[in-house]
Amino acid sequence: MSPRAKMILGRVAQAIPVILGVVVISFVLTRALPGDPAAYFAGPAADAESIAEIREALGLDKPLLQQFFYYVGDLARGELGTSLTTGQTVLADLAARLPASLELTLVALLLSCAIAIPLGVLAATRPGTWVDHLCRVLVTAGVSMPTFFTGIVLIYVFYYLTGLAPSPLGRLDFIYLSPPHVTGFYLIDAAVAGDFETWFGALKQLILPATTLALFTLAPIARMTRAAMLSALSSDFIRTARAAGLGSRKVLYGYAFRNALLPVVTTLGMVFSFTLGANVLVEKVFAWPGIGSYAVEALVVSDYAAVQGFVLAMALLFVVLNLIIDIAYALIDPRIGLN
Amino acid sequence: MLSINNLSVAFKTRKGEVNAVRGISLNVAKGETLGIVGESGSGKSVTSYALMRILDAGGEIRTGDVTYSGIDLRAASEKDMRDIRGREISMIFQNPRAALNPIRRVGHQIEDVLIRHAQATRQDAKEKAIAALKAVKINDAAARYDAYPFELSGGMCQRIVIAIALACKPRLLIADEPTTGLDITTQKAVMDLVGDLAKARGMGMILITHDLGLASQYCDRIVVMKDGLIVEEDVPAQLFTNPQHAYTRKLVDATPRLGASLRTLLPPEARRPEPKLRVQSNPLLEVRDLVKTYPGKSGPVQAVKGISFDINAGQSLGLVGESGSGKSTTSEMIVRLQDPSSGNIIFDRQDIAATPSARFMRHPMRRDIQMVFQDATDSLNPRGTAAAAIAEPLARIDGMRGSKLSARVAELAELVGLPQPLLSRFPHQLSGGQKARVGIARAIALEPKLLILDEPTAALDVSIQAIVLNLLVDLRAQMGMSYLFVSHDLNVVRLLCDEVLVMKQGDIVDRGPTAQVMDTPSHPYTRALIEAAPQPPKSVAA
Repeated sequence: MSPRAKMILGRVAQAIPVILGVVVISFVLTRALPGDPAAYFAGPAADAESIAEIREALGLDKPLLQQFFYYVGDLARGELGTSLTTGQTVLADLAARLPASLELTLVALLLSCAIAIPLGVLAATRPGTWVDHLCRVLVTAGVSMPTFFTGIVLIYVFYYLTGLAPSPLGRLDFIYLSPPHVTGFYLIDAAVAGDFETWFGALKQLILPATTLALFTLAPIARMTRAAMLSALSSDFIRTARAAGLGSRKVLYGYAFRNALLPVVTTLGMVFSFTLGANVLVEKVFAWPGIGSYAVEALVVSDYAAVQGFVLAMALLFVVLNLIIDIAYALIDPRIGLN
Repeated sequence: MLSINNLSVAFKTRKGEVNAVRGISLNVAKGETLGIVGESGSGKSVTSYALMRILDAGGEIRTGDVTYSGIDLRAASEKDMRDIRGREISMIFQNPRAALNPIRRVGHQIEDVLIRHAQATRQDAKEKAIAALKAVKINDAAARYDAYPFELSGGMCQRIVIAIALACKPRLLIADEPTTGLDITTQKAVMDLVGDLAKARGMGMILITHDLGLASQYCDRIVVMKDGLIVEEDVPAQLFTNPQHAYTRKLVDATPRLGASLRTLLPPEARRPEPKLRVQSNPLLEVRDLVKTYPGKSGPVQAVKGISFDINAGQSLGLVGESGSGKSTTSEMIVRLQDPSSGNIIFDRQDIAATPSARFMRHPMRRDIQMVFQDATDSLNPRGTAAAAIAEPLARIDGMRGSKLSARVAELAELVGLPQPLLSRFPHQLSGGQKARVGIARAIALEPKLLILDEPTAALDVSIQAIVLNLLVDLRAQMGMSYLFVSHDLNVVRLLCDEVLVMKQGDIVDRGPTAQVMDTPSHPYTRALIEAAPQPPKSVAA
């Protein structure tokens, strides 16, 4: 276990320069954006003098390098500044909105995995049969429809036509109170508070947007599972296991599936990253108060602090995500981390 | 104990049905070792998969009966078969490292089988697995229990595969090319182990191999298969001294052995007089104090420890050793794919080690040193035709274009005996022997002075190997090339090389004229290598 622990520590250490790089890039990127936040903040009726005043108040008149040091200093104190649009601190905004996005993405991915992995395994064990064809059709359909379209179709069918789903307006219907803040994940917070009515309400709101995202992410996971299982099942060690009389469940799950997991985990990591960044369309359609729509709104009005906070939060999230994937690798495959 | 009667097996493929086995009958008595010998595609492995009922998808038993101790294996339910597999009949496979689950501890893999066949409970499984490891003579069995396959050598992995197969004390063992890919001394150790265990337990065995010499050494009886049929069946001595079927005679002839010459490996009608070879006394290549050091986990590892040797113009030098002896590293340094840590490689009186390998591509001597790679399939671009492969060095280094290029490619194909229509084919449409010819044509395209051959026939069937070896000696005479022939097969080296170097752990431990080194080996390591090589009974066919 010691070399593996060392490998994990090394991997954590490697993340540090990446984070430093992200701090620099998030700063430079927002300064390079067109648009003048001072002018926006001052409002349409402001004259040049009041704009200059605001610029000074915001510290935007200082040289770039000095602004950067202020920025780093604030970061070190855990201050991300105040958003010009919401008037709240960016940290508070992120704390409110990031869990919303994460909850949506995670539930969508869980749903997607729950369907895609068994489907891929089934398709691989019965290539050329109806399961295989069904897998192909579902996967192609899911990936070929844009998420906002799937989302609208789902709303039309399940809310407008049948009324099975609640109105697509955010995380919780207005008849419920949001659960006391613990993690920011409504499903978890409601469960912690023991308020299962709210829990159920939150789940109902989640189902449609999560399904929309899940349909979209089904394709890469199912395909990769199928391909990885096919190659694992044709390996020599599967023949050895069969020749030794091991049962088909043991061969399929104990031997083939664990070996097929590595590429599936890789895909899962990639899918998670792009879903988290790209679910802004779904957030818009379902009025989901997530981080994607927050970032787009901030970007449109050159809200430096908010955009910086977003970029930083996402980058940190990806670093952590990659770390988790690498550790998952090391846990699944003993060959990793010893070469 | 096992009887197969009129078995035939067919595979469904995209191009229609292929009959892999076409009505064969054979018996294995209790405690007997039967050899099934044949070249690739003869149906020998398919026969064993069929009787275990583990054929790949698309394969199907068409006719025949398979009876084991009174049980009809063809009619048995899948559940009954699972009880028989591993418990009554076990298998061991070629390429042992791939035959083990790469991410499961070897001890657990043995336990899986023990628990499956109710030979152990969860409580005593570990103890019994370690006992199984001890039975296959693994040193420090208790520590190896926790190892993963990638932490073990090839020979060790094969011992684990054997331990899995024998854990439940089966009465019949099927060994499918169990030593392919293993070193010659490891091969001997593994075969001796399997033979001893079979004898001690009174176990019947089927040894499937392409190596007639190996089969004759370990089997009581041998059947020879060709194209899904049994062409001959006899005891080894008879088979060698008096082969009845023309195909058996061809196989016996093609098996490299003591007292054979290159031409006698070929069928009598194809034997032409041996070419005259001119070996000059001036050295073409002088290797001096060549060292290669790799950074290792615990300090630097010396793969090559300061070796020196010469190759004269027109000479063929054999480089013999087991895996890890540094012979591949040495040949890669000479062909300038790797840089030595120190030392000189003087080629035609010029030190080519001074040019880094990354820049050697543009060195004027690049054309003079070429290589034929070990795996004919893997060393060809799967998306390129045979003609493209041969044309590559001509276009890259000589800048040859258009009709001149295609004429030269055709000429080279002719030289290596590759029929012109095959030039437009892709590697997967060519046979192993044809791919080997493409590899050789590509290597000699620039008329090099030195050709480095890295086990060029290791993946070939013996009859194809005989043809390729003869082609190589003809080309050498015709073009006046020098050869550095890297191999672990001493019988082949004896046929092709004037002088031989024996490498062990990065050092040259023995050297001299081939006949002298092989007939009166002075170094104990050379002697061990020679003794490990299977020697078929003397044949009279030549």
